[in-house]
Amino acid sequence: MTVLRFTGEHEWASFDMGTAMVGISAYAAQKLGDIVFVELPQVGAVFAKGAQAAVVESVKAASEIYAPIGGEVIEVNQAIADKPGLVNESPEGGGWFFKLRVAMPGEMSGLMDKDAYDAYVKSLE
Amino acid sequence: MNALTADLPLRRTPLFALNRELGGNMVPFAGWEMPVHYRAGILAEHRQCRNAAALFDVSHMGAISLVGADPAKALERLVPGDILGLAEGRVRYTMFTNEQGGIEDDLLVTRDGDRLFLVVNASRRPEDLALLKAGLTGSGTEAVFHPELAQVALQGPAAAPALAALAPETASMPFMSGRAVAIKGIACFVTRSGYTGEDGFEIAMPVDRAEELARLLLAQPGVMPVGLGARDSLRLEAGLCLYGSDLDSTTTPIEAGLAWTIGKRRREEGGFPGAAIIGAQLANGPARRRVGIRPDGKAPARAHTPILAGGRAVGEITSGGFAPSLDAPIAMGYVATDHAAEGTTLDLMVRGTARPAKVAKLPFVAHRYFKG
Repeated sequence: MTVLRFTGEHEWASFDMGTAMVGISAYAAQKLGDIVFVELPQVGAVFAKGAQAAVVESVKAASEIYAPIGGEVIEVNQAIADKPGLVNESPEGGGWFFKLRVAMPGEMSGLMDKDAYDAYVKSLE
Repeated sequence: MNALTADLPLRRTPLFALNRELGGNMVPFAGWEMPVHYRAGILAEHRQCRNAAALFDVSHMGAISLVGADPAKALERLVPGDILGLAEGRVRYTMFTNEQGGIEDDLLVTRDGDRLFLVVNASRRPEDLALLKAGLTGSGTEAVFHPELAQVALQGPAAAPALAALAPETASMPFMSGRAVAIKGIACFVTRSGYTGEDGFEIAMPVDRAEELARLLLAQPGVMPVGLGARDSLRLEAGLCLYGSDLDSTTTPIEAGLAWTIGKRRREEGGFPGAAIIGAQLANGPARRRVGIRPDGKAPARAHTPILAGGRAVGEITSGGFAPSLDAPIAMGYVATDHAAEGTTLDLMVRGTARPAKVAKLPFVAHRYFKG
Protein backbone atom coordinates (compact mmCIF):
# COMPACT_ATOMS: atom_id res chain seq x y z
CA MET A 1 0.00 0.00 0.00
CA THR A 2 1.40 3.38 -0.97
CA VAL A 3 1.27 6.49 1.18
CA LEU A 4 1.26 9.90 -0.50
CA ARG A 5 2.85 12.88 1.25
CA PHE A 6 3.71 16.49 0.30
CA THR A 7 6.30 19.07 1.33
CA GLY A 8 5.84 22.80 1.82
CA GLU A 9 8.15 23.21 -1.20
CA HIS A 10 5.54 21.42 -3.35
CA GLU A 11 7.26 18.09 -3.85
CA TRP A 12 5.29 14.89 -3.42
CA ALA A 13 6.60 11.52 -2.30
CA SER A 14 4.80 8.25 -2.74
CA PHE A 15 6.09 5.73 -0.16
CA ASP A 16 5.97 2.03 -0.87
CA MET A 17 7.98 -0.75 0.81
CA GLY A 18 10.95 1.40 1.86
CA THR A 19 11.16 3.39 -1.38
CA ALA A 20 9.81 6.81 -2.21
CA MET A 21 8.85 7.99 -5.71
CA VAL A 22 9.30 11.77 -5.87
CA GLY A 23 7.82 14.45 -8.09
CA ILE A 24 6.34 17.95 -8.00
CA SER A 25 2.71 18.72 -7.22
CA ALA A 26 0.13 19.70 -9.82
CA TYR A 27 0.06 23.12 -8.13
CA ALA A 28 3.83 23.52 -8.59
CA ALA A 29 3.70 22.39 -12.21
CA GLN A 30 0.92 24.84 -12.92
CA LYS A 31 2.77 27.67 -11.17
CA LEU A 32 6.04 26.94 -13.00
CA GLY A 33 4.33 26.90 -16.38
CA ASP A 34 5.71 25.13 -19.44
CA ILE A 35 8.68 23.03 -18.31
CA VAL A 36 11.47 22.87 -20.91
CA PHE A 37 14.38 21.23 -19.09
CA VAL A 38 14.87 18.80 -16.22
CA GLU A 39 18.21 17.99 -14.58
CA LEU A 40 17.92 14.66 -12.76
CA PRO A 41 20.28 13.28 -10.10
CA GLN A 42 22.65 10.37 -10.74
CA VAL A 43 21.51 6.91 -9.67
CA GLY A 44 23.47 6.17 -6.51
CA ALA A 45 23.50 9.76 -5.30
CA VAL A 46 22.63 10.11 -1.62
CA PHE A 47 20.59 13.06 -0.37
CA ALA A 48 19.72 14.27 3.09
CA LYS A 49 16.13 15.34 3.66
CA GLY A 50 15.72 18.84 2.18
CA ALA A 51 18.86 18.69 0.01
CA GLN A 52 18.68 19.90 -3.57
CA ALA A 53 18.22 16.83 -5.75
CA ALA A 54 17.06 18.05 -9.16
CA VAL A 55 16.39 21.21 -11.17
CA VAL A 56 13.45 22.08 -13.40
CA GLU A 57 13.47 24.95 -15.81
CA SER A 58 10.28 26.43 -17.13
CA VAL A 59 10.12 29.02 -19.85
CA LYS A 60 10.19 31.54 -16.99
CA ALA A 61 12.93 30.40 -14.62
CA ALA A 62 14.94 27.63 -12.99
CA SER A 63 13.62 26.00 -9.79
CA GLU A 64 15.26 23.57 -7.40
CA ILE A 65 13.67 20.29 -6.38
CA TYR A 66 14.49 19.11 -2.86
CA ALA A 67 14.54 15.56 -1.51
CA PRO A 68 11.36 15.20 0.61
CA ILE A 69 13.15 12.54 2.63
CA GLY A 70 16.74 11.34 2.95
CA GLY A 71 17.92 8.38 0.88
CA GLU A 72 19.78 6.97 -2.10
CA VAL A 73 18.59 7.47 -5.67
CA ILE A 74 17.76 4.05 -7.15
CA GLU A 75 16.02 5.11 -10.35
CA VAL A 76 15.41 8.30 -12.38
CA ASN A 77 12.64 9.03 -14.88
CA GLN A 78 14.54 9.43 -18.14
CA ALA A 79 11.23 10.11 -19.91
CA ILE A 80 10.98 13.61 -18.39
CA ALA A 81 14.58 14.42 -19.33
CA ASP A 82 13.71 13.52 -22.93
CA LYS A 83 10.27 15.17 -22.85
CA PRO A 84 10.09 17.77 -20.03
CA GLY A 85 6.50 18.66 -20.96
CA LEU A 86 5.45 15.34 -19.36
CA VAL A 87 5.84 17.05 -15.97
CA ASN A 88 3.11 19.54 -16.92
CA GLU A 89 0.91 16.84 -18.46
CA SER A 90 1.08 14.44 -15.54
CA PRO A 91 2.91 15.97 -12.57
CA GLU A 92 1.67 13.45 -10.02
CA GLY A 93 1.88 10.45 -12.39
CA GLY A 94 4.09 9.87 -15.44
CA GLY A 95 5.96 13.09 -14.68
CA TRP A 96 7.72 11.69 -11.57
CA PHE A 97 11.40 12.57 -11.09
CA PHE A 98 13.26 9.87 -9.18
CA LYS A 99 12.95 7.03 -6.68
CA LEU A 100 14.80 6.94 -3.39
CA ARG A 101 15.63 4.09 -1.04
CA VAL A 102 14.48 5.70 2.18
CA ALA A 103 17.19 5.95 4.84
CA MET A 104 15.05 6.85 7.86
CA PRO A 105 11.29 6.27 7.55
CA GLY A 106 10.79 8.43 10.64
CA GLU A 107 11.51 11.49 8.53
CA MET A 108 8.06 11.03 6.96
CA SER A 109 6.42 12.45 10.05
CA GLY A 110 7.02 16.10 9.10
CA LEU A 111 5.30 15.77 5.70
CA MET A 112 1.72 16.72 4.85
CA ASP A 113 -1.04 14.38 3.75
CA LYS A 114 -3.21 15.31 0.77
CA ASP A 115 -5.84 17.18 2.81
CA ALA A 116 -3.24 19.18 4.73
CA TYR A 117 -1.38 20.02 1.51
CA ASP A 118 -4.57 21.11 -0.28
CA ALA A 119 -5.37 23.40 2.66
CA TYR A 120 -1.80 24.74 2.57
CA VAL A 121 -2.07 25.49 -1.18
CA LYS A 122 -5.38 27.23 -0.60
CA SER A 123 -3.72 29.44 2.03
CA LEU A 124 -1.18 30.57 -0.58
CA GLU A 125 -3.76 31.73 -3.12
CA MET B 1 2.63 35.30 -1.99
CA ASN B 2 5.01 37.87 -0.58
CA ALA B 3 3.56 40.12 2.10
CA LEU B 4 6.36 42.68 1.83
CA THR B 5 6.01 43.43 -1.87
CA ALA B 6 2.24 43.63 -1.42
CA ASP B 7 2.81 46.90 0.47
CA LEU B 8 4.25 48.62 -2.59
CA PRO B 9 1.45 49.93 -4.77
CA LEU B 10 1.76 48.51 -8.28
CA ARG B 11 0.37 50.55 -11.11
CA ARG B 12 -2.38 49.07 -13.23
CA THR B 13 -2.82 49.66 -16.95
CA PRO B 14 -6.21 50.66 -18.43
CA LEU B 15 -6.47 47.05 -19.64
CA PHE B 16 -6.12 45.56 -16.15
CA ALA B 17 -9.75 44.41 -15.91
CA LEU B 18 -9.65 42.93 -19.42
CA ASN B 19 -6.34 41.21 -18.67
CA ARG B 20 -7.94 39.60 -15.63
CA GLU B 21 -11.02 38.59 -17.61
CA LEU B 22 -8.77 36.95 -20.22
CA GLY B 23 -7.11 34.84 -17.53
CA GLY B 24 -3.98 36.95 -17.24
CA ASN B 25 -1.53 35.75 -14.59
CA MET B 26 -0.68 39.18 -13.21
CA VAL B 27 2.83 39.75 -11.83
CA PRO B 28 4.89 42.78 -10.82
CA PHE B 29 6.96 44.11 -13.72
CA ALA B 30 8.88 47.42 -13.60
CA GLY B 31 6.43 48.73 -10.99
CA TRP B 32 3.35 47.60 -12.92
CA GLU B 33 0.96 44.72 -12.50
CA MET B 34 1.29 42.98 -15.88
CA PRO B 35 0.18 39.65 -17.40
CA VAL B 36 3.16 37.26 -17.66
CA HIS B 37 0.83 34.92 -19.55
CA TYR B 38 -2.86 34.26 -20.16
CA ARG B 39 -4.70 30.92 -20.12
CA ALA B 40 -2.76 29.44 -23.05
CA GLY B 41 0.64 29.67 -21.30
CA ILE B 42 3.96 31.05 -22.52
CA LEU B 43 4.83 28.35 -25.07
CA ALA B 44 1.44 28.41 -26.80
CA GLU B 45 1.41 32.21 -26.71
CA HIS B 46 4.88 32.36 -28.25
CA ARG B 47 3.75 30.10 -31.10
CA GLN B 48 0.57 32.15 -31.48
CA CYS B 49 2.69 35.19 -32.33
CA ARG B 50 4.92 33.28 -34.78
CA ASN B 51 1.94 31.59 -36.50
CA ALA B 52 -0.99 34.01 -36.24
CA ALA B 53 -1.33 37.24 -34.25
CA ALA B 54 -0.59 38.26 -30.67
CA LEU B 55 -2.07 41.23 -28.82
CA PHE B 56 0.18 42.56 -26.03
CA ASP B 57 -0.75 45.14 -23.42
CA VAL B 58 2.25 47.48 -23.45
CA SER B 59 0.58 50.38 -21.67
CA HIS B 60 3.34 50.36 -19.07
CA MET B 61 5.70 51.79 -21.67
CA GLY B 62 6.20 55.55 -21.63
CA ALA B 63 4.83 57.76 -24.40
CA ILE B 64 6.35 61.22 -24.71
CA SER B 65 5.97 64.04 -27.25
CA LEU B 66 8.75 66.50 -27.90
CA VAL B 67 7.26 69.81 -28.96
CA GLY B 68 8.62 73.30 -29.55
CA ALA B 69 11.13 75.09 -31.71
CA ASP B 70 13.18 72.28 -33.25
CA PRO B 71 12.58 68.95 -31.49
CA ALA B 72 14.84 66.96 -33.84
CA LYS B 73 17.79 69.26 -33.23
CA ALA B 74 17.13 69.21 -29.49
CA LEU B 75 16.86 65.41 -29.30
CA GLU B 76 20.14 64.97 -31.19
CA ARG B 77 21.87 66.43 -28.10
CA LEU B 78 20.83 63.29 -26.23
CA VAL B 79 20.90 60.43 -28.77
CA PRO B 80 23.39 59.28 -31.45
CA GLY B 81 20.61 58.53 -33.98
CA ASP B 82 20.06 60.73 -37.04
CA ILE B 83 16.88 62.54 -36.01
CA LEU B 84 17.31 65.60 -38.26
CA GLY B 85 17.32 63.20 -41.20
CA LEU B 86 14.21 61.36 -40.01
CA ALA B 87 11.53 61.88 -42.65
CA GLU B 88 7.92 62.72 -41.84
CA GLY B 89 6.04 59.63 -40.72
CA ARG B 90 9.15 57.51 -40.21
CA VAL B 91 10.26 55.68 -37.06
CA ARG B 92 13.83 55.30 -35.82
CA TYR B 93 15.39 53.15 -33.10
CA THR B 94 17.97 54.98 -31.01
CA MET B 95 19.20 55.31 -27.43
CA PHE B 96 19.90 57.92 -24.78
CA THR B 97 23.64 57.81 -24.07
CA ASN B 98 25.66 59.09 -21.13
CA GLU B 99 29.07 60.80 -21.02
CA GLN B 100 30.81 57.41 -20.82
CA GLY B 101 29.05 56.26 -23.98
CA GLY B 102 26.78 53.97 -21.93
CA ILE B 103 23.09 53.54 -22.70
CA GLU B 104 20.54 55.17 -20.37
CA ASP B 105 17.55 53.77 -22.30
CA ASP B 106 16.62 52.64 -25.80
CA LEU B 107 13.62 54.15 -27.56
CA LEU B 108 11.61 54.54 -30.74
CA VAL B 109 11.26 58.01 -32.23
CA THR B 110 8.61 58.90 -34.82
CA ARG B 111 8.44 62.21 -36.68
CA ASP B 112 4.78 63.20 -36.67
CA GLY B 113 4.38 66.68 -38.10
CA ASP B 114 5.81 69.28 -35.74
CA ARG B 115 6.36 66.85 -32.90
CA LEU B 116 8.53 63.83 -32.22
CA PHE B 117 6.72 60.91 -30.60
CA LEU B 118 8.92 58.82 -28.28
CA VAL B 119 8.24 55.42 -26.72
CA VAL B 120 10.55 54.50 -23.82
CA ASN B 121 10.89 51.61 -21.39
CA ALA B 122 8.59 51.41 -18.37
CA SER B 123 11.55 50.76 -16.08
CA ARG B 124 13.33 53.91 -17.23
CA ARG B 125 10.51 56.44 -17.34
CA PRO B 126 11.69 58.50 -14.35
CA GLU B 127 15.31 58.55 -15.56
CA ASP B 128 14.23 59.44 -19.10
CA LEU B 129 12.05 62.30 -17.97
CA ALA B 130 14.85 63.69 -15.78
CA LEU B 131 17.34 63.29 -18.62
CA LEU B 132 15.01 65.02 -21.08
CA LYS B 133 14.25 67.82 -18.66
CA ALA B 134 17.95 68.52 -18.07
CA GLY B 135 19.02 67.90 -21.66
CA LEU B 136 16.37 70.05 -23.31
CA THR B 137 16.92 73.08 -21.08
CA GLY B 138 17.36 76.17 -23.21
CA SER B 139 16.60 74.31 -26.45
CA GLY B 140 13.09 75.69 -26.87
CA THR B 141 11.85 72.08 -26.98
CA GLU B 142 9.75 70.56 -24.24
CA ALA B 143 9.01 66.93 -23.32
CA VAL B 144 5.32 66.22 -22.70
CA PHE B 145 4.56 62.91 -21.01
CA HIS B 146 1.31 61.18 -22.08
CA PRO B 147 -0.43 59.56 -19.11
CA GLU B 148 -3.64 59.80 -21.15
CA LEU B 149 -2.39 57.22 -23.65
CA ALA B 150 -2.56 53.43 -23.43
CA GLN B 151 -0.58 51.19 -25.78
CA VAL B 152 -0.96 47.76 -27.33
CA ALA B 153 1.22 45.81 -29.74
CA LEU B 154 -0.34 43.61 -32.42
CA GLN B 155 2.32 41.25 -33.77
CA GLY B 156 2.55 38.27 -36.08
CA PRO B 157 1.75 37.24 -39.66
CA ALA B 158 -2.00 37.72 -39.05
CA ALA B 159 -1.53 41.19 -37.52
CA ALA B 160 -1.74 43.17 -40.77
CA PRO B 161 -4.96 41.55 -42.04
CA ALA B 162 -6.51 41.92 -38.57
CA LEU B 163 -5.75 45.62 -38.36
CA ALA B 164 -6.62 46.23 -42.02
CA ALA B 165 -10.11 44.84 -41.35
CA LEU B 166 -10.63 47.75 -38.93
CA ALA B 167 -8.46 50.39 -40.62
CA PRO B 168 -7.66 49.53 -44.28
CA GLU B 169 -5.13 52.35 -44.62
CA THR B 170 -2.73 50.52 -42.28
CA ALA B 171 -2.18 47.68 -44.79
CA SER B 172 0.26 49.65 -46.93
CA MET B 173 2.21 51.29 -44.09
CA PRO B 174 5.94 50.57 -44.52
CA PHE B 175 7.91 48.94 -41.72
CA MET B 176 9.18 51.62 -39.30
CA SER B 177 6.57 54.19 -40.28
CA GLY B 178 3.91 55.83 -38.12
CA ARG B 179 0.75 57.89 -38.55
CA ALA B 180 -2.46 58.93 -36.88
CA VAL B 181 -5.25 56.46 -37.71
CA ALA B 182 -8.89 56.45 -36.63
CA ILE B 183 -9.72 52.83 -35.81
CA LYS B 184 -13.52 52.49 -35.66
CA GLY B 185 -13.71 56.08 -34.47
CA ILE B 186 -10.91 55.75 -31.89
CA ALA B 187 -8.10 58.25 -32.43
CA CYS B 188 -4.93 56.13 -32.49
CA PHE B 189 -1.29 56.67 -33.34
CA VAL B 190 -0.06 53.58 -35.17
CA THR B 191 3.51 52.59 -35.95
CA ARG B 192 4.49 49.54 -37.99
CA SER B 193 7.08 48.26 -35.57
CA GLY B 194 7.50 45.75 -32.77
CA TYR B 195 9.60 43.67 -30.46
CA THR B 196 9.02 40.14 -31.72
CA GLY B 197 10.80 39.94 -35.10
CA GLU B 198 7.40 39.62 -36.78
CA ASP B 199 5.47 42.10 -38.87
CA GLY B 200 3.11 44.09 -36.70
CA PHE B 201 1.98 47.35 -35.19
CA GLU B 202 2.27 49.32 -32.00
CA ILE B 203 -0.84 51.35 -31.28
CA ALA B 204 -1.28 54.23 -28.84
CA MET B 205 -4.83 55.27 -27.99
CA PRO B 206 -6.70 57.24 -25.31
CA VAL B 207 -6.87 55.41 -21.99
CA ASP B 208 -10.67 55.57 -21.94
CA ARG B 209 -10.95 53.79 -25.31
CA ALA B 210 -8.21 51.20 -24.71
CA GLU B 211 -10.44 48.32 -23.67
CA GLU B 212 -12.81 48.97 -26.57
CA LEU B 213 -9.91 48.91 -29.05
CA ALA B 214 -8.37 45.80 -27.48
CA ARG B 215 -11.71 43.98 -27.73
CA LEU B 216 -12.07 45.02 -31.39
CA LEU B 217 -8.61 43.61 -32.14
CA LEU B 218 -9.19 40.42 -30.13
CA ALA B 219 -12.39 39.82 -32.13
CA GLN B 220 -10.41 39.62 -35.38
CA PRO B 221 -9.52 36.18 -36.77
CA GLY B 222 -6.27 34.78 -35.46
CA VAL B 223 -5.75 37.33 -32.66
CA MET B 224 -5.12 36.12 -29.11
CA PRO B 225 -3.83 37.90 -25.99
CA VAL B 226 -0.16 37.19 -25.26
CA GLY B 227 1.74 38.09 -22.10
CA LEU B 228 5.17 39.41 -21.22
CA GLY B 229 6.65 35.90 -20.85
CA ALA B 230 6.28 35.17 -24.55
CA ARG B 231 7.22 38.76 -25.39
CA ASP B 232 10.59 38.03 -23.79
CA SER B 233 11.19 34.70 -25.58
CA LEU B 234 10.05 36.25 -28.89
CA ARG B 235 12.43 39.21 -28.62
CA LEU B 236 15.29 36.93 -27.56
CA GLU B 237 14.77 34.70 -30.62
CA ALA B 238 14.74 37.90 -32.69
CA GLY B 239 18.06 38.97 -31.09
CA LEU B 240 16.53 42.20 -29.75
CA CYS B 241 17.96 43.83 -26.63
CA LEU B 242 16.12 44.23 -23.33
CA TYR B 243 17.11 47.33 -21.37
CA GLY B 244 18.35 46.41 -17.90
CA SER B 245 19.54 43.00 -19.15
CA ASP B 246 21.39 43.37 -22.45
CA LEU B 247 21.78 47.14 -22.30
CA ASP B 248 22.57 49.36 -19.34
CA SER B 249 24.44 52.51 -18.41
CA THR B 250 27.78 50.66 -18.73
CA THR B 251 27.23 49.13 -22.20
CA THR B 252 27.85 51.26 -25.28
CA PRO B 253 25.90 51.02 -28.54
CA ILE B 254 29.04 49.71 -30.22
CA GLU B 255 29.60 46.92 -27.68
CA ALA B 256 25.90 46.10 -28.02
CA GLY B 257 26.15 45.67 -31.78
CA LEU B 258 23.98 48.72 -32.40
CA ALA B 259 26.50 50.70 -34.48
CA TRP B 260 23.99 50.46 -37.36
CA THR B 261 21.78 52.95 -35.47
CA ILE B 262 24.45 55.66 -35.76
CA GLY B 263 24.58 57.19 -39.23
CA LYS B 264 27.53 58.74 -41.04
CA ARG B 265 26.71 62.36 -40.16
CA ARG B 266 26.39 61.66 -36.44
CA ARG B 267 29.66 59.69 -36.44
CA GLU B 268 31.43 62.63 -38.07
CA GLU B 269 29.76 65.45 -36.16
CA GLY B 270 29.28 63.86 -32.75
CA GLY B 271 27.36 66.20 -30.46
CA PHE B 272 25.75 63.51 -28.30
CA PRO B 273 26.81 62.30 -24.83
CA GLY B 274 29.78 59.95 -24.97
CA ALA B 275 30.54 60.78 -28.62
CA ALA B 276 34.31 60.62 -28.10
CA ILE B 277 34.24 57.16 -26.50
CA ILE B 278 31.73 55.83 -29.03
CA GLY B 279 33.79 57.32 -31.87
CA ALA B 280 36.95 55.62 -30.58
CA GLN B 281 35.13 52.28 -30.34
CA LEU B 282 33.84 52.70 -33.89
CA ALA B 283 37.40 53.37 -35.09
CA ASN B 284 39.27 50.73 -33.06
CA GLY B 285 36.61 48.19 -32.19
CA PRO B 286 35.23 47.61 -28.68
CA ALA B 287 36.93 45.35 -26.12
CA ARG B 288 33.77 43.27 -25.76
CA ARG B 289 30.75 42.56 -27.92
CA ARG B 290 27.21 41.32 -27.54
CA VAL B 291 26.87 37.93 -29.21
CA GLY B 292 24.28 35.21 -29.69
CA ILE B 293 25.03 31.94 -27.88
CA ARG B 294 23.74 28.42 -28.52
CA PRO B 295 24.33 26.01 -25.61
CA ASP B 296 25.22 22.54 -26.94
CA GLY B 297 22.81 20.63 -24.69
CA LYS B 298 19.26 21.26 -23.54
CA ALA B 299 20.02 23.20 -20.35
CA PRO B 300 19.08 26.89 -20.59
CA ALA B 301 21.70 29.37 -19.34
CA ARG B 302 20.04 32.34 -17.69
CA ALA B 303 21.14 35.96 -17.25
CA HIS B 304 24.35 36.40 -15.18
CA THR B 305 25.69 32.95 -16.12
CA PRO B 306 29.50 33.32 -16.30
CA ILE B 307 31.08 32.66 -19.71
CA LEU B 308 34.49 30.99 -19.78
CA ALA B 309 36.99 30.14 -22.52
CA GLY B 310 39.88 27.84 -21.74
CA GLY B 311 39.04 28.15 -18.05
CA ARG B 312 39.26 31.95 -18.11
CA ALA B 313 36.31 34.29 -17.53
CA VAL B 314 35.57 36.09 -20.81
CA GLY B 315 32.06 37.40 -20.24
CA GLU B 316 28.55 36.95 -18.93
CA ILE B 317 25.11 35.95 -20.26
CA THR B 318 22.70 38.90 -20.20
CA SER B 319 19.55 37.15 -21.50
CA GLY B 320 18.98 33.44 -21.73
CA GLY B 321 16.20 30.95 -21.93
CA PHE B 322 14.37 28.51 -24.12
CA ALA B 323 13.56 29.20 -27.76
CA PRO B 324 10.22 27.58 -28.58
CA SER B 325 10.78 28.10 -32.33
CA LEU B 326 14.05 26.13 -32.17
CA ASP B 327 13.12 23.75 -29.34
CA ALA B 328 16.51 24.58 -27.83
CA PRO B 329 18.09 26.95 -25.35
CA ILE B 330 19.44 30.29 -26.62
CA ALA B 331 21.17 33.22 -24.99
CA MET B 332 22.82 36.57 -25.58
CA GLY B 333 25.74 37.92 -23.65
CA TYR B 334 28.90 39.98 -23.78
CA VAL B 335 32.26 38.35 -24.48
CA ALA B 336 35.78 39.68 -24.99
CA THR B 337 36.14 40.56 -28.68
CA ASP B 338 38.67 37.79 -29.41
CA HIS B 339 35.95 35.26 -28.43
CA ALA B 340 33.12 36.93 -30.35
CA ALA B 341 33.50 35.30 -33.78
CA GLU B 342 30.64 33.08 -34.89
CA GLY B 343 31.35 29.43 -34.07
CA THR B 344 33.76 30.19 -31.21
CA THR B 345 33.51 27.56 -28.47
CA LEU B 346 32.68 28.83 -24.98
CA ASP B 347 31.83 27.28 -21.62
CA LEU B 348 28.79 28.41 -19.64
CA MET B 349 28.97 27.90 -15.87
CA VAL B 350 25.47 26.60 -15.08
CA ARG B 351 25.04 25.58 -11.43
CA GLY B 352 28.76 24.99 -11.03
CA THR B 353 29.14 22.87 -14.17
CA ALA B 354 30.91 24.08 -17.31
CA ARG B 355 28.57 23.42 -20.23
CA PRO B 356 29.84 23.85 -23.79
CA ALA B 357 28.25 26.42 -26.09
CA LYS B 358 29.00 28.25 -29.33
CA VAL B 359 28.80 31.82 -30.49
CA ALA B 360 25.87 31.99 -32.90
CA LYS B 361 24.60 34.44 -35.48
CA LEU B 362 21.86 36.87 -34.45
CA PRO B 363 18.94 36.83 -34.87
CA PHE B 364 18.25 33.21 -33.93
CA VAL B 365 14.95 33.37 -35.85
CA ALA B 366 14.84 35.44 -39.04
CA HIS B 367 12.92 38.72 -38.89
CA ARG B 368 9.80 38.83 -41.03
CA TYR B 369 9.20 42.56 -41.24
CA PHE B 370 6.85 43.98 -43.89
CA LYS B 371 8.85 44.92 -46.97
CA GLY B 372 5.92 46.34 -48.99
